[in-house]
Amino acid sequence: MSVLLVLEQGLNGLQFGVMLFLMAAGLTLVFGIMNLVNLAHGSLYMIGAYLAATFFGWTGSFLLAVALSLLATLVVGIVVELTALRTLYERDHLDQVLATFGLILFFNELIAILWGRAALYTGVPPALAGYIELLPRLRYPTYRAAVILVGLAVALLLYVVVARTRLGMLIRAGASNRTMVGALGVNIRLLYTVVFGAGAALAGLAGLMAGPIYAVQPGMGEQILIQVFVVIVIGGIGSIHGALVGAILVGMVDTLGRAFLRPVLSTVITPTAADAAGPALASILIYVLMAAVLFFRPQGLFPPRG
Amino acid sequence: MRTMRRALVAGLLAVLVASGAASAETVKIGFITSLSGPAGVIGKHMQDSVELALDHLGRKVGGLDVEVIYGDDQRKSDVGKQLADEMLKKHRVHFVSGIIWSNVMLAVAPVVTRERVFMIGTNAGPHELAGDQCSEYFFTTSWQNDQTPEAMGKYMSDQNLTDVYALAPNYAAGKDMIQGYKRYFKGRIVNEVYTKLGQQDYSAEITQIRAANPKAVFVFYPGDMGIQFVKQYAQAGLREQIPLYSVYTVDEVTLPAVKEAALGNFETRYWSPDLNNEANRRYVSDFRKKFGYTPSFYGAQSYDGIMLIDSAVRAVKGDLSNKAGMIATMRKADYKSTRGPYRYNVNHFPIENFYLLQTVRSADGEFAMQIQKTVFENHKDAYYQKCPMKW
Amino acid sequence: MGRRPRAVVVVAGLLLLALVPPVAAALAQPFYVDLFRRMMIFAIAALSLDLILGYGGMVSFGHAAYLGIGAYAVGILGFHGIESGLIQWPVAILASALTALVIGAISIRTSGVYFIMITLAFAQMLYYLGISLETYGGDNGMPLRTRSQFGPIDLRNPYAFYYLVLALLVLFLLLGARFVNARFGMVIRAAKSNEPRARAIGFSPYGYRLTAFVIAGGMCGLAGALLANQTEYLTPDFMHWTRSGEIMFMVILGGIGTLFGPVIGAVVLLLLEDVLSAFTAHWQIILGPFLVLVVLFAKRGLFGLVPDAGGRRG
Repeated sequence: MSVLLVLEQGLNGLQFGVMLFLMAAGLTLVFGIMNLVNLAHGSLYMIGAYLAATFFGWTGSFLLAVALSLLATLVVGIVVELTALRTLYERDHLDQVLATFGLILFFNELIAILWGRAALYTGVPPALAGYIELLPRLRYPTYRAAVILVGLAVALLLYVVVARTRLGMLIRAGASNRTMVGALGVNIRLLYTVVFGAGAALAGLAGLMAGPIYAVQPGMGEQILIQVFVVIVIGGIGSIHGALVGAILVGMVDTLGRAFLRPVLSTVITPTAADAAGPALASILIYVLMAAVLFFRPQGLFPPRG
Repeated sequence: MRTMRRALVAGLLAVLVASGAASAETVKIGFITSLSGPAGVIGKHMQDSVELALDHLGRKVGGLDVEVIYGDDQRKSDVGKQLADEMLKKHRVHFVSGIIWSNVMLAVAPVVTRERVFMIGTNAGPHELAGDQCSEYFFTTSWQNDQTPEAMGKYMSDQNLTDVYALAPNYAAGKDMIQGYKRYFKGRIVNEVYTKLGQQDYSAEITQIRAANPKAVFVFYPGDMGIQFVKQYAQAGLREQIPLYSVYTVDEVTLPAVKEAALGNFETRYWSPDLNNEANRRYVSDFRKKFGYTPSFYGAQSYDGIMLIDSAVRAVKGDLSNKAGMIATMRKADYKSTRGPYRYNVNHFPIENFYLLQTVRSADGEFAMQIQKTVFENHKDAYYQKCPMKW
Repeated sequence: MGRRPRAVVVVAGLLLLALVPPVAAALAQPFYVDLFRRMMIFAIAALSLDLILGYGGMVSFGHAAYLGIGAYAVGILGFHGIESGLIQWPVAILASALTALVIGAISIRTSGVYFIMITLAFAQMLYYLGISLETYGGDNGMPLRTRSQFGPIDLRNPYAFYYLVLALLVLFLLLGARFVNARFGMVIRAAKSNEPRARAIGFSPYGYRLTAFVIAGGMCGLAGALLANQTEYLTPDFMHWTRSGEIMFMVILGGIGTLFGPVIGAVVLLLLEDVLSAFTAHWQIILGPFLVLVVLFAKRGLFGLVPDAGGRRG
């Protein structure tokens, strides 16, 4: 187990965490501002992936595909918000969970009808294939490095917007007290739509980046959605920097757990026991983490309302 | 009003007489597969193949009219069992066929065979049904789950390959596959890694592989897990460095999604679209013409299932109550299978060949799996001796 | 309908269920006995969820875990030769109740979405645990060699089994009614509608909620034991979180916060699934929006449409 190996696994964990962050940021924003639990966030991720793959197939240009699919996902998100989700703001969480669960079923089937159930062909664009040499003997796939950079750039952008702009101020105010913000004369409806659109675009971005490396098929959103919820719960719902911390934490714990849990375990228990326990534990590690966090801080690590 | 009523009565009588006149029975086949959800793509392969088989038979099985009732098991064993109950008790089918998943098969097969109705499996081959739970009413047109990895183990052993890194998802099928592989692979296995079921990101495992630097990698990753692993393996640059051998990972269902990422990868299978016999050539070309895509082994097995049923009904001349006669006929496997001629073992599992396949790029730029050589000839499964049936 | 329409509906519904076997026998369609029996088993599971969801406001996405635990209790005991239902079923209830105690003790400290997530997480943990239990089949699951033995009552007789399930359903309806009107049923209902006020009166909802959670878990565990007997096979996907979602949908569709609502919901949903999936492979595109519409416009559920004794609807 060399230092380089641990470093490389650390990068893997970071990359996975960044992917989770992109999804989590949108979800936590929407929850924090609009108090809306949106399970269909995973569907927006799926739509982003499908649209990117399709546009790439039509235009042959990766950059064009990225731009178009981001725009299209944003539009889809806004349409969904205007038609289906508006009525849910006033409802309790259970209603929101169930209604958006119904939306998941609907979108999965819609995608299956439009594109078929078979997975789409996607690949890493040639410009980003191959790898970069970070250190002598530590090579890292270019595409994954790009994902990390994009994710961190988005985190920075979100920070700038939320902390330094008027819109960000409204978002922060809305997260702590939306009634007051409405009473102060801000167009809450517009704010909600903008926030939801941003969240949708973020999910779409995560989707289009995941497309080349993951399987693009109906239902691809659900697997990652559970992990994203774990992230925002750990981080504190409504807090963007909570989402970043939570995402990196979950990404690291999951990746390092998968890589090192079994070898580490076999130093304390018999190898055969470690063989059985290791994989089982690794798959539930993030849930154990979440349970532990909630046990000590039932509101997550950085709840926005303190 | 009165004339209308008379016309109605006359019409009704005519219908009754006509249906009475068609006194020959209709063969009812219940086909259980996964039609909804992500696995629905496999169900579609199977359903399309069943329909093609019926077309080739002129929409008659054994000379009788046929009705196929499809059921969607949603990949759940209790739904599968409910479907089986419905097919047996409500539709009163003569045959239940299909079933992709081993857990559904294990729940359904005993229920069907207990009622002395035939269960013609067309994919799942759990070892329990090959061993002590074999039944004279159960036949399969596929294989026993372990046979495919056994073939890969044998091939890699014959090549004197050693230092192999093995991975599979952490569930029953994953463990079975590695088990079957080790039964014939005599070289050294560097590491045996079980990953989370449904995992999407394999970068951690791929990093470990690179660090271990094995001579070859053997995996079992069905469905979307396979797509993800194969793509990420290629993206990490390992495809050209460390050859990838797999079972049930790259096939006609997943190949369109990975394309060049699977180039050069090896698989073992009992069938391939390029298997050269008359029945298979007809099946593959008619399938492509009718449905516009290349069929997979799931489809070939389902096609064979219908053909097997047809041979049985034909042999007893449509007398569906002659079950002993149908059993005897099916045991002979006397029909034109897409794999070529084969025999049945005592447990009603096929004794068949297994081939080494490799993903190649054909002249027209398309990707396909092609047979490279025969690994096993007339290979028997490892469990038949536990089956008490003798014939 | 008289002055107590809901009571009439309940009695009529139970009578109809009781009549299914003789009618099915008369029509020579034994399949419907199995179908309705499966519906009643899920009705018990949905009823147990409604106790904590409808009355207690606890949105547990991990409720299907107890279905799995109850089923595995029966399966594992049977595997080791203990086939008496008199041992298996109490163990199923106890094991589920104990698990609910552990899960509840941690989860009930949280609320809202956190509660939803943590119950979901626990369910996932149990699911992955079930998959890795190789001796008991892993994700292949395991068959039930024989149905639970009860001496004179032979569960292999479909009618005997059916009426046993029906009797249990009626029993749980009565128990449920006692429960929600008893002291701690009242406390959790009060805490659900206005927690600060409940605390101000001097109640600490935690203990009461936990008790309700444990009772609901035990009840669902019995449903799991019944389901294992029904399918004669059990797998870890009895515990999958999507199964919890299905049960929750039954509660909502039937009528949340009522006792008989979940029964109606279970029957209607399973019937719909059976009919729709025979109709098209894309049935989820119908079921999905249907779910959305129910949540948006028919929140009170089907039973909620029936006016209660005070003449109020919903």
